[in-house]
Amino acid sequence: MTDQPEIDPGDPGQVSHPPVFLERQGYRRRRLMDAARLLPLIGAGLFAIPLLWPGTDETDAPYSLSSAITYIFGTWAGLIVLAAVFGYGARRLGRSSDIAGSEPD
Amino acid sequence: MASLNVLVLVCLGYVALLFLVAFAADRLAATGRSTWLRSPLIYTLSLSIYCTAWTFYGAVGYAARSGLEFVTIYVGPTLVMIGWWWGLRKLVRIGRSQRVTSIADLISSRYGKSNTLAICVTILAVIGVTPYIALQLQSITLSFSIFAEADPQNSYNEIASVFWVAAGLAVFAILFGTRNLDANERHHGVVTAVAIEAVVKLIALLAVGIFVVWGIAGGVGPTMARIDASEIGQWNIDRGRWATITFLAAAAFVCLPRMFQVMVVENDDERHLRTAAWAFPLYLLLMSLFVVPIAVVGLDLMPEGSNPDLFVLTVPLSQGQQGLAMLSFLGGFSSATSMVIVAAMALSTMVSNHIVMPIWLSAQGTGASVSGDVRSVVLLARRVSIAVIMAFGYFYYRLSGGGAALAAIGLIAFAGIAQILPALVGGLFWRGATRSGALAGLTVGFVLWLYTLLLPGIGGEVMPASVMQNGLFGLSWLKPQALFGIEGLDPMVHSVMWSLSLNVAAFCVVSLFGFPSPIERLQGAQFVNVFDHSAGPRGWVGSVAQSEDLMIMSQRILGAHEAQVFFHAEAQRQGGRGHLPEPTPKFLERLERELAGSVGAATAHAMIGQIVGGSSVSVEDLLAVADESAQLLEYSSQLEAKSDELSRTARQLREANEKLTQISLQKDAFLSQVSHELRTPMTSIRAFSEILRDTEELSPDEQTRYATIIHDEALRLTRLLDDLLDLSVLENGQVNLNMDDGLLTEVLDRAISTAMTGASRQMRILRTQGDERIPVHSDLDRLTQVFINLIANARKYCDAPAPELTIRVHQIAGKVVVDMIDNGNGIPHDSRKLVFEKFARVSAERAGGAGLGLAICSEIMQRLGGDITYLNGHQGAAFRVSFPASYQLAAQ
Repeated sequence: MTDQPEIDPGDPGQVSHPPVFLERQGYRRRRLMDAARLLPLIGAGLFAIPLLWPGTDETDAPYSLSSAITYIFGTWAGLIVLAAVFGYGARRLGRSSDIAGSEPD
Repeated sequence: MASLNVLVLVCLGYVALLFLVAFAADRLAATGRSTWLRSPLIYTLSLSIYCTAWTFYGAVGYAARSGLEFVTIYVGPTLVMIGWWWGLRKLVRIGRSQRVTSIADLISSRYGKSNTLAICVTILAVIGVTPYIALQLQSITLSFSIFAEADPQNSYNEIASVFWVAAGLAVFAILFGTRNLDANERHHGVVTAVAIEAVVKLIALLAVGIFVVWGIAGGVGPTMARIDASEIGQWNIDRGRWATITFLAAAAFVCLPRMFQVMVVENDDERHLRTAAWAFPLYLLLMSLFVVPIAVVGLDLMPEGSNPDLFVLTVPLSQGQQGLAMLSFLGGFSSATSMVIVAAMALSTMVSNHIVMPIWLSAQGTGASVSGDVRSVVLLARRVSIAVIMAFGYFYYRLSGGGAALAAIGLIAFAGIAQILPALVGGLFWRGATRSGALAGLTVGFVLWLYTLLLPGIGGEVMPASVMQNGLFGLSWLKPQALFGIEGLDPMVHSVMWSLSLNVAAFCVVSLFGFPSPIERLQGAQFVNVFDHSAGPRGWVGSVAQSEDLMIMSQRILGAHEAQVFFHAEAQRQGGRGHLPEPTPKFLERLERELAGSVGAATAHAMIGQIVGGSSVSVEDLLAVADESAQLLEYSSQLEAKSDELSRTARQLREANEKLTQISLQKDAFLSQVSHELRTPMTSIRAFSEILRDTEELSPDEQTRYATIIHDEALRLTRLLDDLLDLSVLENGQVNLNMDDGLLTEVLDRAISTAMTGASRQMRILRTQGDERIPVHSDLDRLTQVFINLIANARKYCDAPAPELTIRVHQIAGKVVVDMIDNGNGIPHDSRKLVFEKFARVSAERAGGAGLGLAICSEIMQRLGGDITYLNGHQGAAFRVSFPASYQLAAQ
């Protein structure tokens, strides 16, 4: 009745198992996708770093706003560039295969 | 100084341009030649409705007050976009495969197409977004007022301008947002207009920024120095707020109805996300790049006490840059209008699909099969909703009186909308999430948000001061901004922390302990595993008769032509020639999804359910059978019962068949017996009659002998035929009983004398005369016949040298019982069962009769309501005749 039973019936006659290992191009693409998945976590970490900087009430020589701007906008731009690179890289590598295909690797 | 009139003219011109663009884009999209309308660039730009007037003007004010904290509003969405691979991709895929029309529709669809949930989300969205719309109206009015102040002929009326702005935006949204009913269809006109506005506001802000950095401050280096020297020049942030607002902005980016509208509903191609993943963060970066310089320069240049929220306008104005100020004004105007239009569109879809339509349908009573065009009703509902939402915004603005209280509403709205996040994320990634869980989470989050943030935050005396000071009912742990006695937190951080964490807790706990309905589980599997399969839940069961009803209903919702095209295509897909497809489950599922694009999943499901009739129940039943082991057991026990019944029937059939076969065999045997019995006397009759005819020298003795044989055989034949006739009459039940009164002893006397006449061998008959004086009421002749038969048999077959027959009479349990026992060897054990069968003879060599006597006796006794049985346990042959004594009673 359901398309996706909670427990896979594991009927070998109907389920064609994908190959366990991929060829080189597919492998690269998967790793690129991994990197793309990692990107927001890295970004969140980088944007959390300013939380460690001491504020005016904690130190006599606080960070200047200009350096904070430089850091934040630099990080931001870096993330954008990486996202663009990963996106296009994945598309270039995945052109032969389905980009939105199945997940397992 | 630009006069106010010029400004109004520019505004009107700009709006007219947007109308034109939207109109042209709609036309272009209708011709299907507009590839660039579906480009990732347009998609990315349309996402920019995230940047409202609140961010356009407010970001600078925010920076002037709290330094870099404003960046968090953009960092959150940036992280979400960069992480599109995690969540947005799935969201968009689901939105497209389920033809979702709004975030409320998505939530409702995920949790078993529950309309209750949709209504909750809709109400939450309306409460959260209406003040936000008021904020946009305020920003437009404020920017007008800046120009009005500078205008010597000041005839500016704030209230009137707000009204006209609201009315104008409503008209735009109605014209381009409700052109077609299918809310899931792309609104190319609106999206293109929004994209143009996105470009305008970006250019405006960049222009002001470039002017400030290079025109006023004199380059990047001096600007940086100026920043460091300003009053906000040192790094000082509230860490809790930094993290909280980043998270809130990320959550709101996904959950805000208008964002959901452009990001998921209006999405043309899921690959656009890949471009937007970096292009939209870039847009946000550019939007915020010059915010701090503008704020710092504004703080320097503008007189003390001037509103930092309007630096984007006032700084160029103060420098005499009329054109730039005008551009900046258009940027702010664009931000406000695009947000209001899309938000009103998204909200109106939700309100009409989840609140108005269900009410209207139930008010109609007849449900989905009403007459008339439902489309016009839906469209009207949507248009009225837009107008009402705009009116809400307008009145909210009037009542709150504008000012600082309104400015705070942006983040408050974010926190409210973010309450949807647990149900959304849980729905996408956790199959165990249930409707009750989502409902509980939403309710808890909503109430806490209302209590800790919205009511204290919107100003006025909505929340009494005593409650703020001492908590609700004087309970100090219920203080709105210090729940459970935790003081000292920023109100925003405090509220978000409590509302969201308790929201998540309620959602998880209720989900864990509840049990979802089958349709919920099915939808859950559909959503969580959307990449594995994108098929909808099946299970509609229809019949041909309903195709026509479905067609009629669809025409009202999709439009006559569209519905006919759809049905025809479906009929062809099914391989039929007609115009009406068979209502197969697949077709019904596609139709439901098609309708869902217009009226939402819950309503579409209900409408089809009404026509197909109770199928939603049967779907659940079927699923229950398939899914639940308990129900599976129940089902299998039902099956077992069925199969038991079947095997019982089969056994009965087999028995009946055996009986029939036996009867048929008996019949065969009977026929052959009869023919045999007839044949033997016939043969001798023929033989002796031939002798008589052909032999001439026959002595009279011989003649007499032969004639006697022929006569005897003829008698035997007659007797046989009489017996057969008698038997058949008895067996058919056609016998007429001649009921009479008499004494049993007389009956026996008559029988004995008849049976013993002409007998060569005498037999002693032992009787107990006293016992026999029993009056009987019966067919005495038949009864006599039975006794004659029995006595004659004893006489014939008793092999004792001095044969004796004992006749005993007694009464047992209201029955008269007559036992006849001789002193011979009796009937062999094997043959006892057969003696009452027709043509049954114990020994062939001593055959005297046809073997019908006992069979006839048995039949007679049954007719008389009695029985005749062979008595075991006696040395000789023993028969017991019993018949009811009621006749005897009746006789007396």
